[in-house]
Amino acid sequence: MRTSDCDVVVVGVGGQGVILISEIIGRAAMLAGLSVRGVETHGMAQRGGSVINHIRVGCSYSAMISPGGGDVLVAMEPAEALRYASYLSPAGVALVNTRPLLPVTVTTGQASYPSIEEILAPLREASSRVYPMDATGLAGKAGSPQAANVVMLGALARHLPIGEGRLQEALSEIVPARFLEVNRKAFELGKIEVE
Amino acid sequence: MVIILREYLLGNVAIARGILEAGAGVVSGYPGTPSSEIVEHLAPLAKEHGIHVEWSVNEKVAMEVAIGASWTGCRAAVTMKHVGLNVAADPFMTLAYLGIGGGMVLISADDPFCHSSQNEQDSRRYAAFARVPCLDPADPQEARDMTLRGFSLSEEFGLPVMLRPTTRVSHARATVDVGTPRERKASPGFEKNPPHRVALPVHARPLHAELLDKQAGIEEALAKEGWNRSQMRGEVGVIGSGIGGLYAEEAIAELEADVSLLRIGAYPILRDTVGDFLEEVDRILVVEEMDPVLEEFVEMVAKERNPGVEILGKRSGTIPAVGELDPLTVRNTIARMIGLPERTAPRMSTEVLSILPPRPPALCPGCSHRAAYYAMRKAFGRDAVFPNDIGCYTMGVGMGTVDTCLCMGASITVGTGIRFGGEERGICAVLGDSTFLHSGLTGLLNAAYNGARMTVAILDNSTTAMTGHQPHPGSGETAAGEESPAISLPEICRSLGAGLVETADPYDLVSMIETFERARDYPGLSVVVARRSCVISDIRTGIRRPRLRVDGEKCGGCKLCVSFGCPAIEFDGKVATINALCSGCGVCADICPQHAMEVAR
Repeated sequence: MRTSDCDVVVVGVGGQGVILISEIIGRAAMLAGLSVRGVETHGMAQRGGSVINHIRVGCSYSAMISPGGGDVLVAMEPAEALRYASYLSPAGVALVNTRPLLPVTVTTGQASYPSIEEILAPLREASSRVYPMDATGLAGKAGSPQAANVVMLGALARHLPIGEGRLQEALSEIVPARFLEVNRKAFELGKIEVE
Repeated sequence: MVIILREYLLGNVAIARGILEAGAGVVSGYPGTPSSEIVEHLAPLAKEHGIHVEWSVNEKVAMEVAIGASWTGCRAAVTMKHVGLNVAADPFMTLAYLGIGGGMVLISADDPFCHSSQNEQDSRRYAAFARVPCLDPADPQEARDMTLRGFSLSEEFGLPVMLRPTTRVSHARATVDVGTPRERKASPGFEKNPPHRVALPVHARPLHAELLDKQAGIEEALAKEGWNRSQMRGEVGVIGSGIGGLYAEEAIAELEADVSLLRIGAYPILRDTVGDFLEEVDRILVVEEMDPVLEEFVEMVAKERNPGVEILGKRSGTIPAVGELDPLTVRNTIARMIGLPERTAPRMSTEVLSILPPRPPALCPGCSHRAAYYAMRKAFGRDAVFPNDIGCYTMGVGMGTVDTCLCMGASITVGTGIRFGGEERGICAVLGDSTFLHSGLTGLLNAAYNGARMTVAILDNSTTAMTGHQPHPGSGETAAGEESPAISLPEICRSLGAGLVETADPYDLVSMIETFERARDYPGLSVVVARRSCVISDIRTGIRRPRLRVDGEKCGGCKLCVSFGCPAIEFDGKVATINALCSGCGVCADICPQHAMEVAR
């Protein structure tokens, strides 16, 4: 028996706005009358470390998604997509921002950063539904590269059991008014990107 | 009338709402992941609700403030992370003897897997040690419900009640039903009652007996609360505590299996609750994070009620003894017990994952701690001993200036011991401003009193950065945003007996190095305050500095700047480059021997 309608794993780097994605989905699910669970990375890892959030829509159990149980993997950063790929179910969808964010281990020359193709190839073996996109570039087009998280949310929208109207409503409630226009555009560009 | 609303809340916010619903009048705490958001949520609401909310100087102080408040008849809550309870253990243990006035809830948030902590200690042990009730919520709803009920249970028992959330409860979000805040009850004030307020031996002896006598009644009462509940569905059983019980419940639903389940949310447990369950099963699995607290209890009851039952758990190696549980581990363990197939996650091979660069948490671009460490290393040399402490600055471990990290405030005292233990090399103990005020003061006083020859570096960024920028007595404001005189760290250090106290700005690298050199050469106890606001605070207050760029013609490719470790500095194979993360601190310009860094126009 399935214990959740839709399990989404959102990964990235501390500071990329991963928590905002969870907040918007959670708020939208609640507006839609669905039971929702989520869990976030706070604390030490937020300082430029690797972060993972779980969101379970239509779920009344714990907020933790099992490895191999994710219906959607949303990666704000390509290396982080591969790092957490084991959370994806074989039928799952991976939405991957292709813009790398170099960790300090790479900038200081202790490690090297693989090519995007090297990252995507094993991801494609894990799932037949991998959608790479330049979310940071699209967010720039929308008016701010900071809105890459909302581009990813736009791309994710069709995979969620929540109407787009609810997501838009939650977006307006959570994002400060002065950034709303940019974020609406970012959402739209993300949505179009995966159509 | 209480109106119940459904909201999407962080576990810690759900706890904060429970505190408001209970009509608490005083809330105190010291920041610590995963507990910080409770006081953070309440502080801005303090004025509106007429309550006192404070960031205390440390957990012991926070606990004692809450105890004093409770003794006026006011309801009080105190929050901390698990290791904070070590600091507050002294008042906590004796409070159980003396008892409370108004209802008092202690929130001690545990951190299985050490996500942001130095150990995996289990607060349930402390509750049992002190003989106070402990509530172990599985999710944000239970966290709110237990907090609210915790206050009235505390009043019924005359004892503080501990709420023990874990990281995955405190930092979970869920739809939670919450009620409206209750108005703060007028407190009658402190009532003189020496036998219950003065822990003289003559009072403590009967109080100890009284505490022990209460226990049976507490077990009976907690058994009626519904947090320890069972569902019988066969001879295989699972007993789970807190989130472990919820993982088990989900696993049993997913497997559609006939497995009996006993979920535990409140301690101490009535023996019959476990005994009755054990009589109906022949094999059981105990699912809990951290210590086998529940498992040991089950083993004890099994001896009386069903000696033949097979008990699986941590002691049998069936459930991992360290780290945190995940739902798949619990699911597969239960599946194995009943002969159902396990589900394998699509493991990425280590070969595949080996192409990924590690991404550990790091000091921010432009963080002044990096510059302070650089200067410290220049002055003291790599061979000196650098006892370190708990805070953002521990992330400088790769720079060679973090030799020890034990607990809050231990840098100065461990450094003192290293000196008296016979270490002849230079010693520079490092801690942050908030940590110094938390528990470095006594260590510095001790070092001065006992004549330790060493340097103490206080990396002062004017905030408690690691846990989310909470103010402290040096910040100039309180948790609730009230102005408060910012105490002077140099003046405190002088009055505690440090012989040489100097302040420098880490962004002024040359002067920072010279200051450390003078401290190094001082023949006694010296203190260097490396003072520069946190870069994140700067961003939040709108302070912008122009970024730097590298003049590719001047750069000789020596990589000195790259080895500085700032995430904003990259190397393209020939020359250094500066990326968009640059916060304009300008320290790299001082490091570069070719003077190749310039302000970007």
